[in-house]
Amino acid sequence: MNILKFFTAGSVDDGKSTLIGRLLYDTDSILADQLEAIQNANRKNDDGTVDLAILTDGLRAEREQGITIDVAYKYFQTAQRKFIIADTPGHIQYTRNMVTGASTANLAIILVDARNGVVEQTIRHSYLVSLLGIKHVVVAVNKMDMVDYSETVFDAIAQKYRSLAQELRLEDVTYIPVSALKGDNIVHKSERMAWYNGDSLLHFLEKVDTHVQEKSEKARLPVQWVIRPQTDELHDYRGYAGRVVSGTFRVNDKITVLPSGASSTISKIEFFDKELAEASSGQSVTIHLATDVDISRGDTIVNSSALPQESKLIEADLCWMDTKALDTSITYLLQHNSKVTKVKIADVVYKVDINTLEKHAADEFKLNDIGRVVLKTADALALDLYQENKANGSAILIDSRTNLTVGATMFRALAD
Amino acid sequence: MESFASVPKHNSPLLEGCPKGGVFERYQPNPNKNKPDSSEKFVRLSLSKAKLETDSGTKATEEQLTLLFKLKKDITKKMSRYNFDYLDELEAEAIHILREVAGQFEKPALLFSGGKDSITLVRLAEKAFRPGKFPFPLVHIDTGHNFEETIDYRDKMVARLGERLIVGSVQQSIDEGKVVEQKGKNASRNALQTVTLLDTIEQHQFDACIGGARRDEEKARAKERIFSVRDEFGQWDPKRQRPELWNIYNGKIHKGENVRVFPISNWTELDVWNYIRRENIELPSIYFAHDREVITRNGQLMAASPFVNMDEEDVVERKKVRFRTVGDISCTAAIESEAFLIDDIIAEISQSKISERGARMDDKVSEAAMEDRKKGGYF
Ligand SMILES: Nc1nc2c(ncn2[C@@H]2O[C@H](COP(=O)(O)OP(=O)(O)O)[C@@H](O)[C@H]2O)c(=O)[nH]1
Ligand SMILES: [Mg+2]
Repeated sequence: MNILKFFTAGSVDDGKSTLIGRLLYDTDSILADQLEAIQNANRKNDDGTVDLAILTDGLRAEREQGITIDVAYKYFQTAQRKFIIADTPGHIQYTRNMVTGASTANLAIILVDARNGVVEQTIRHSYLVSLLGIKHVVVAVNKMDMVDYSETVFDAIAQKYRSLAQELRLEDVTYIPVSALKGDNIVHKSERMAWYNGDSLLHFLEKVDTHVQEKSEKARLPVQWVIRPQTDELHDYRGYAGRVVSGTFRVNDKITVLPSGASSTISKIEFFDKELAEASSGQSVTIHLATDVDISRGDTIVNSSALPQESKLIEADLCWMDTKALDTSITYLLQHNSKVTKVKIADVVYKVDINTLEKHAADEFKLNDIGRVVLKTADALALDLYQENKANGSAILIDSRTNLTVGATMFRALAD
Repeated sequence: MESFASVPKHNSPLLEGCPKGGVFERYQPNPNKNKPDSSEKFVRLSLSKAKLETDSGTKATEEQLTLLFKLKKDITKKMSRYNFDYLDELEAEAIHILREVAGQFEKPALLFSGGKDSITLVRLAEKAFRPGKFPFPLVHIDTGHNFEETIDYRDKMVARLGERLIVGSVQQSIDEGKVVEQKGKNASRNALQTVTLLDTIEQHQFDACIGGARRDEEKARAKERIFSVRDEFGQWDPKRQRPELWNIYNGKIHKGENVRVFPISNWTELDVWNYIRRENIELPSIYFAHDREVITRNGQLMAASPFVNMDEEDVVERKKVRFRTVGDISCTAAIESEAFLIDDIIAEISQSKISERGARMDDKVSEAAMEDRKKGGYF
């Protein structure tokens, strides 16, 4: 059994939290005491029914205001799969929280209110989905109960979204008409929309194949920690601990350590009390080398036959996440896997107007702005481009005055 | 089975909105949950079949050999993919997080409560750092109202690991007048732990505390980051959490602040139990069904212990019980259970209609009980 991570996006009140509540409720994933708690809660739907959104709106402020402020994670499983859901906020001001939930997802559910169709937030969120390289998209046209379950309304929205998807190069998009409130096509196929031939949302989520991901074959292991017991019997033990972020390492592979460029051969791959013949993307292991090489945290072990690019000047997409605007005159910190280096924003290439998706020249970058910049780092990074290798092509920016995470960057090209 | 009053789901007002005139068809979970993937089985079968044919004939044909070779290649490809199942994925993520703590902080600590989640954390730390030593001590915030079995377990475990244990004593905080013991029937030392925890952090200058909290436990926890920054007073500010992107964790803090780190954030209760079974991890005996003297308090079974304030209304009964979550005696309820083996426990939890924290008195105070405690510096 494997895990599917997905998130819900859409404008405020499109029904994201309700949809998740419905998924959990109809799969019998809500336990009695939790159900009792929401039944006793003050917040109810207008018709007096229980508001399923409270299940994920876990903060006092959220329940008071009836909105989602920060991402909530929910877990459930069926016979086919385990699911991790990120319920993300719809308000523009909380976009950074939405990006937090989206960054680890395999699939996005974009909710569209059947009465309103494709709106600004739909475009904004779809753009973020394409930027983050999330491969699978479900467009859930919600509140079908409020448009008499009309096929015409659904088709018109799907039609409109198709052209957006094309523009954004979203390749795998599935359209499902639903009512989160009434439960139509969420877990059970609705009898009220006989014209719809596709799967219920849950059924689709159970079978979507995430193995055909964009995972790079190039073997990369950012070193997190060097294990050196320095005891009598393990005097010469030196293990490089880290998680393989892409590709596969095998014993006897020739490897290169970056940034030093030193090369060696893998003599052993350990996982606690086991020795492995190979370690693949996702596995946390300890690597031993045949020769003594100077390696510390922040270095990357790569397969010598597939070297990454090395650069101090990188063109990257940037999502700005701080209330304080980007300041091109100061130095930030850039964290790329286990490596931290100083960085300046050498140039703002453009900013994207996310209503029209047009690119504009700009020199200001404020909260929730998205666009292209040139990063100039103090140390060279051993990187891949995000579109080829997410894990080795992404980094965060930290403001060393506040220590806050102020930006998400995705490497798109070398700039030198 | 469970002592918690069960909610009649079918009277739920939700039913009013459901199709088919109120008959609410629920999704039927498949009983063969963790059954192996059938495509993997198919490849295995074809492989053994091809092998059989090759073995039986005098000599394998070129064609058969090519097929065998191809199938073998397919199976290794498939195996390496399917072998890495959800428990491996959760485990690898947790190990990655633990190693980030080691790499990013000067003085981290692992908060060890003696419960199954922190026991799981210890196993994960072994996987992350052995044969080296842990780059952090274990810290136990001891309410003094413990189950004896937990303390025994703790001491044996520490001896086996050869790691350092630091104990922060709630009794000492009381003796020093830093906190005041609660009074009355439902008095508990659970809330007092926060002060002792913060004092221990300050005394040892810990900059990161690893904890075993999981997001599926409680709705405020469902919102917390894996690296959760706390201010000088240990407070969580849910409205000002840092974005947390991909698998990149920002552990940069100012002096005096510290980070709470939750490596098993994405695990469910069932995941923890399945992991304990898979790894053959020993647990304190109170997790398994045993005879115990209990009283019934607010519909919950509480251990009849000197640490639970009792009066003449309380009737002490002997029952077969086990604990689903283990904290301070005065706030941890038992459930009636016959589950003596880990498989029975897993079966019991899979069917249970009550959440794990349904057995925690501390969460029953209000809708935002956990959020409020976290804002105050709690785990
Ligand atoms: N009629 C109708 N109302 C819905 C549906 N889904 C959600 N709602 C209502 O829309 C409002 C906003 O829902 P919520 O889940 O909080 O939206 P979010 O802001 O996207 O999380 C609530 O009053 C819901 O009851 C639906 O399918 N049909
Ligand atoms: Mg919401």
